[in-house]
Amino acid sequence: MSVSAEPTAAPHWLLGRLTWDSVPMSHEPILLWTFLAVVLGGVVMLALITRYRLWGPMWRDWFCSIDHKRIGIMYMVLGIVMLLRGFSDAVMMRLQQAMAFGDSLGYLPPHHYDQIFTAHGVIMIFFVAMPLVTGLMNYLVPLQIGARDVAFPFLNNFSFWMTTAGAVLVMVSLFLGEFSTAGWLALSTLGNQNPGVGLDYYIWALQIAGVGTTLSGINLLVTIIKMRAPGMNLMKMPVFVWTSLCTNALIVASFPILTAALVLMSLDRYVGTNFFTNELGGNPMLYVNLIWIWGHPEVYILILPAFGIFSEVVATFSGKRLFGYTSMVYATVCITILSYLVWLHHFFTMGSGASVNSFFGITTMIISIPTGAKIFNWLFTMYRGRIRFEVPMLWTVGFMITFAIGGMTGVLLAVPPADFVLHNSLFLIAHFHNVIIGGVLFGLMAGITYWYPKAFGYKLDPFWGKCSFWFWLIGFYVAFMPLYVLGLMGVTRRANHFEDPSLQIWFVIAAFGAALIAIGIACFLIQLVVSYRRREQLRDLSGDPWNGRTLEWATSSPPPAYNFAFTPVVHDVDAWWDMKKHGYQRPLGGFQAIHMPSNTAAGVVISVLSLVWGFALIWHMWPLAIGSFAAIVLASIVHTFNYQRDHHIPAVEVIATEDARTRQLALI
Amino acid sequence: MAHSPTVTGATRAYHLEHEPHPENGTALGFWMYLMSDCLIFAALFATYGVLGRSYAGGPGGAELFDLKLVAINTAFLLLSSITFGFAMLQKQLNNKGGTLAWLAVTGLFGLAFLGLELYEFRHLIHVGATPQSSAAMSAFFTLVGTHGLHVTFGCIWLVVLMIQIAQHGLTRANKRRLMCLSMFWHFLDVVWIGVFTFVYLMGVL
Amino acid sequence: MSAHDGVHDDGHDDGPHSSFSGYMVGFVLSVVLTAIPFWLVMNDVISNRTTAVLVLGGLAVAQILVHMVYFLHMNGKVEGGWTMLSTIFTVVFVAIAIAGTLWVMFHMNSNMMPAHEMHGQLSS
Repeated sequence: MSVSAEPTAAPHWLLGRLTWDSVPMSHEPILLWTFLAVVLGGVVMLALITRYRLWGPMWRDWFCSIDHKRIGIMYMVLGIVMLLRGFSDAVMMRLQQAMAFGDSLGYLPPHHYDQIFTAHGVIMIFFVAMPLVTGLMNYLVPLQIGARDVAFPFLNNFSFWMTTAGAVLVMVSLFLGEFSTAGWLALSTLGNQNPGVGLDYYIWALQIAGVGTTLSGINLLVTIIKMRAPGMNLMKMPVFVWTSLCTNALIVASFPILTAALVLMSLDRYVGTNFFTNELGGNPMLYVNLIWIWGHPEVYILILPAFGIFSEVVATFSGKRLFGYTSMVYATVCITILSYLVWLHHFFTMGSGASVNSFFGITTMIISIPTGAKIFNWLFTMYRGRIRFEVPMLWTVGFMITFAIGGMTGVLLAVPPADFVLHNSLFLIAHFHNVIIGGVLFGLMAGITYWYPKAFGYKLDPFWGKCSFWFWLIGFYVAFMPLYVLGLMGVTRRANHFEDPSLQIWFVIAAFGAALIAIGIACFLIQLVVSYRRREQLRDLSGDPWNGRTLEWATSSPPPAYNFAFTPVVHDVDAWWDMKKHGYQRPLGGFQAIHMPSNTAAGVVISVLSLVWGFALIWHMWPLAIGSFAAIVLASIVHTFNYQRDHHIPAVEVIATEDARTRQLALI
Repeated sequence: MAHSPTVTGATRAYHLEHEPHPENGTALGFWMYLMSDCLIFAALFATYGVLGRSYAGGPGGAELFDLKLVAINTAFLLLSSITFGFAMLQKQLNNKGGTLAWLAVTGLFGLAFLGLELYEFRHLIHVGATPQSSAAMSAFFTLVGTHGLHVTFGCIWLVVLMIQIAQHGLTRANKRRLMCLSMFWHFLDVVWIGVFTFVYLMGVL
Repeated sequence: MSAHDGVHDDGHDDGPHSSFSGYMVGFVLSVVLTAIPFWLVMNDVISNRTTAVLVLGGLAVAQILVHMVYFLHMNGKVEGGWTMLSTIFTVVFVAIAIAGTLWVMFHMNSNMMPAHEMHGQLSS
């Protein structure tokens, strides 16, 4: 990815600053091969879709679907695809850092390397972790509360496509222009200091995806508040729903700050304002402050759902009610509120002085306490339980050990004097990968394995699941423990070359760890394929393959479009367990027509227009930008003129579906 | 949860025989959106708080702000709030014509507000206090301008909703939409209180 | 089975009930709470800047509350108390974000600003 052509040439009236020089592949062999691979893969995929006549169903039943289950699955697919891209970036970095010592400059020049670490961070946080977490919440929350869908099904579909549009913009930057070099938060290159397209790709990808995320936050919040089944008061909700409630409150209350900060940066770049400049009164430190007011709640947005997943998994696979439900809830709410009081720990070294640093250091240490309480609760749940070490439980135990270590290094960093030495060193990198991989990723893998049978009707193959787990676990430690060592020795992050050859061994070990993780990912992909091929042997006929405790296990696997033939009534925490204990019999008749929302193309249309708008703004294609913006407004207005947004599933269809389930249950 | 089932004797009911009517979540959802909007304005107010005195040697609030103009604009917005209230009272009486009439008046006040604000901006730029002049001016134009953009979108929404009410009448869906626009409109007046107090009045001090 | 106009609806009124008197009280209070601060500033009534800031701030908060109660019909019972709860939540975060930013930036500026004569700097 070379620097795009200098804007000495006057911008084209229609194409803005897009020129042939913006296509970097002629001078970058890595990119050229990537492009060819993508084109080839794309052509194969399009051919297969055409061959199996999947265009119609794909469009009608998936792209236009407002069913939370389908949207949830699409989020997961997006997240996993982007994981592969983000991980490739990681591998490239590990290779570079393992080689580039002294005279050897490695294979990645600094400008390219900078884009890779930026893309790695942006993709992993915004286009892997967020979609995967959102996808799981989307799929599960309505089922766990006994509802038929989310509060705003159209907005749900729209949110997904806006997130995808952001991801597409990031991917396009590979082949047209370049990506940002400013790190995942654009801290280092601000305002008009880097006028190239890279930072603009970053801004618009995040702004577009951010709209999707914020709307999704509102959606799930209202769903949980308003659509719980009768009898399910707040303290009878599954813990995963509690963590989703808090997560979505955090989303609604923090993403607007990101939006505002990026808007201010955009104004500096497009209009010449002076928010974050060095002259005329601007203050770049203000950007850092604002972005981290968002940034810290963001990491809690990622981890709280994982905590919820672990609570579900531990209870189910220990065969015991979760220990300390009330304290879990209080701990989650405490974490939610406290996450707003710690943001400055990300920039202790920026010079706020002792009083400010002390305040935030103390709050940062306090916030570790509720998390500690949760770990004890999980352990006490396992104590004297009948533990089954199925794959989700393996991920959970791995999490408890790994996350505890990561959390401890976090408390270490919370001490400002220590942070003065370790800020922006590899110690920091090791810390946050420790908690994100050990916490978020392990949680997502546990959740995916746990709920896969519900979504697809068959379990994932346990052998490949165990392989994936062990390679991930060992790979993580081999890849990141050396980074703790290097960080303590003073090695700075984001460097693509080192002088001191005595450091090299650590980087080589880390690269080996990355290779182990790569095998772990490969095992996961193989697991998906093998499980599909063995699906009849792995079939879940009962809808409750793990002897679960919450309402999603009361439905078939996969659930029908309407989730529940009759809205459940809840009497206790662990509603499904309660139903099983009291010998609840599924009704075999009396089914009625069910009122459901209808599919729509409006979400896809408006998101595609947003993608075009973002692209036009990046390349300064002003007529296209104005036109596409007008089209967005128009399309949105046209959508509001559609008053027919729902339909009824006729009683005969419900009867047929339920009868099929009755027959399936008889096969067990 | 308006439908608690009766527990008959020793047997608990674990499902409802008939489809419940979950309460519509639109009003709450829109309120949540307004809360997120509050946070965008919070960031802009914080920015203004930090940068609002950095005039880079240029003229400050005392020289630039015309408080009489701001007072008139405040009056426009406050009046538009009350006229929207009258529209809502007409809606409660299911009077379509009355609702539309008061909505139209509201829209006119909204346009008057925008017109005067654009006039103010033009004047400021004319005397050299542009968004690019200094951090304080950037913060001013962005905060006040963002509020103005919201009012603009509110006016567009108002026109669209008037057309929809004219077409379909005061249906449940349209009443819900009116409820949302009403919340939006009053919320913008709340933000304006913050703007005229912290930007204009305190800027002149 | 229900037969409605195609959308899930509530079985009761759409939202809280407005009244003419409610709006008028809110309007009059708002006019008063607007006129006073404008008069105070335009006539330079309060000489001490800190006092003026506090008074203006207080009047603004009062008027915001008037708007919330009389125009937005905010009370603890609407939507099961969730509008009130989310508003309190938001107000707290807004306060933290603004106060925190001002506090942090003030300290940063005073520690990190180059030492020469400056005009129009952040005074607090």
